[in-house]
Amino acid sequence: MAENKCSLRKEFTKGLLRENPVLRLVLGTCPTLATSTSMVNAIGMGIAATLVLVCSNIVISALRKVIPDKVRIPAYVVIIASFVTIVQMIVKAFVPALDAALGVYLPLIVVNCIILGRAEAFANKNPVIASAVDGLGMGIGFTAALFCMATIREFLGNGSLFAEAQDLLGVFGDNVLGGFNGITILNTPMTIFILPAGGFFVFGVLIALSNKIGDKKKLPKAELHGCESCPLASTCSKVVSEREDKKI
Amino acid sequence: MADNALIQKIKPTVAASPHFKSHETSQGMMLDVIIALVPALVASVWIFGPRALAVNAVSVVSCVLFEYITRKLLKRDNTIKDLSAVVTGLLLAFNLPSTLPLWMIPIGAFVAIVVVKQFFGGIGQNFVNPALMGRIVLMVSFAGPMSKWVEPYKWGETVDAVTTATPLFEIQNGTTPTPDLLDMLIGQRAGCLGETCAIALIIGGLYLLIRKVISPSIPLTFIGTVAVFMLIAGKGDPNYLAYNLLGGGLLIGAIFMATDYATCPLTSKGKIIYGIGCGLVAALIRQFGSYNEGVSFAIILMNLLVPHIDNLTKLKPFGYIKEKKQKEAKAE
Repeated sequence: MAENKCSLRKEFTKGLLRENPVLRLVLGTCPTLATSTSMVNAIGMGIAATLVLVCSNIVISALRKVIPDKVRIPAYVVIIASFVTIVQMIVKAFVPALDAALGVYLPLIVVNCIILGRAEAFANKNPVIASAVDGLGMGIGFTAALFCMATIREFLGNGSLFAEAQDLLGVFGDNVLGGFNGITILNTPMTIFILPAGGFFVFGVLIALSNKIGDKKKLPKAELHGCESCPLASTCSKVVSEREDKKI
Repeated sequence: MADNALIQKIKPTVAASPHFKSHETSQGMMLDVIIALVPALVASVWIFGPRALAVNAVSVVSCVLFEYITRKLLKRDNTIKDLSAVVTGLLLAFNLPSTLPLWMIPIGAFVAIVVVKQFFGGIGQNFVNPALMGRIVLMVSFAGPMSKWVEPYKWGETVDAVTTATPLFEIQNGTTPTPDLLDMLIGQRAGCLGETCAIALIIGGLYLLIRKVISPSIPLTFIGTVAVFMLIAGKGDPNYLAYNLLGGGLLIGAIFMATDYATCPLTSKGKIIYGIGCGLVAALIRQFGSYNEGVSFAIILMNLLVPHIDNLTKLKPFGYIKEKKQKEAKAE
């Protein structure tokens, strides 16, 4: 039992930094770059993706013995799409401003590689609770990475922090936190950070930083190369079969 | 000394003879470029007044400082003596309007020296022209201040700078440009610091040609392509052609920026392709783009294509048979 708890904690924390989907696995780059232009968008996108990720992980894990292997990807997409539809309807009903700001990237969660990746790499071979915890960890990792990027990009590129905060806070009624709607700090911001070019720049710097922090326990150089060094190595069919070949 | 250390470090492979010994150093070459830039530097101060001197000084000092600090922090040997940072600083300043707030210049210098040059390995390793990248980042970031043009400074008069449009903008919008063609030639017009005085730039270019620092193919094909394009676009109007050639940053771009060693093709055929490509992109942006000046974007774009141009125009060794033919020959 104790061992079980320990591994659950491991499943949860690995998504935060060690296997952070955005910064370490470099998945979901498209929504990351597109929605990290403002902190409010980033939080909204993060929450929406996390909700879908947890729900789809639970359902896929529960159905993992029912879904035939050959049609598993269409089956996953159907499951994910239904949750995305639910989330999108909720967002449209309660935070319409956020729906307008996120635009096409909200429905695009259907084909988000993080969600499909977790379904393929984790949920289809692990029990329900572990999958839910994994989804939650990955979702929070995604949100955290988005939030870091958005903080830097919004501050440098727009000169503000939490601009249009009422878009999100509006759910809790009018004038929450005294109508707080973000603060403007820089008067002449560097517009390039709001544009894709600046987004890629911040993205690269953050990946470099997270690699620096994540690799504290340094592996010998030889182990860093090839498929073995990939964070997904333990679940990747190619690496596993290669290992078995070596054993034989 | 430093060169020897570098040679030992990179261990160059010895090619087939004939071998050729040269006394050229990067320092000497950079010194030539600086000498070639001096006429334009003097002209910029003459045209835009003391403010131009301040922009030049801040740009050069910040470039050299960033070079020194990054080399120190990355624990590499000090390379400010090769003068390349000074050249980058001068070229960056030449691409800025004289009214730019001084605190913005170090941001451009940071992008040029730290991001484009040192992150990629220092002199000779930059993937695009550092000064141009600095300019483009500043232009995209601070569009307002970067396109605020003023009329030439009037020495001895205490009038505030008058904001005006560049002649390139005026000719493209169908109005008659304020400066006449002689003013365009000597640079008495609105624009970036170093780009206005055509005569100074041409003198600098000729000096570089005589000293064999640059080859004429890139500037000639670059300017030639723009000229042909503009002749067609202007339906043969000589005025349209002249303002398009002398206006904007075409001359400084073609002579000093596009010919940067690290970012232009090695082969002579490649240089011609590169020059035509630069000219075409610049002319297309000028004619159809939303910016009225496209020389900097054109050069950056073609810089990125240089490895591919080099690959496509690789010189064939004497007597070399293509792989396909080799196979056929073997089969026979």
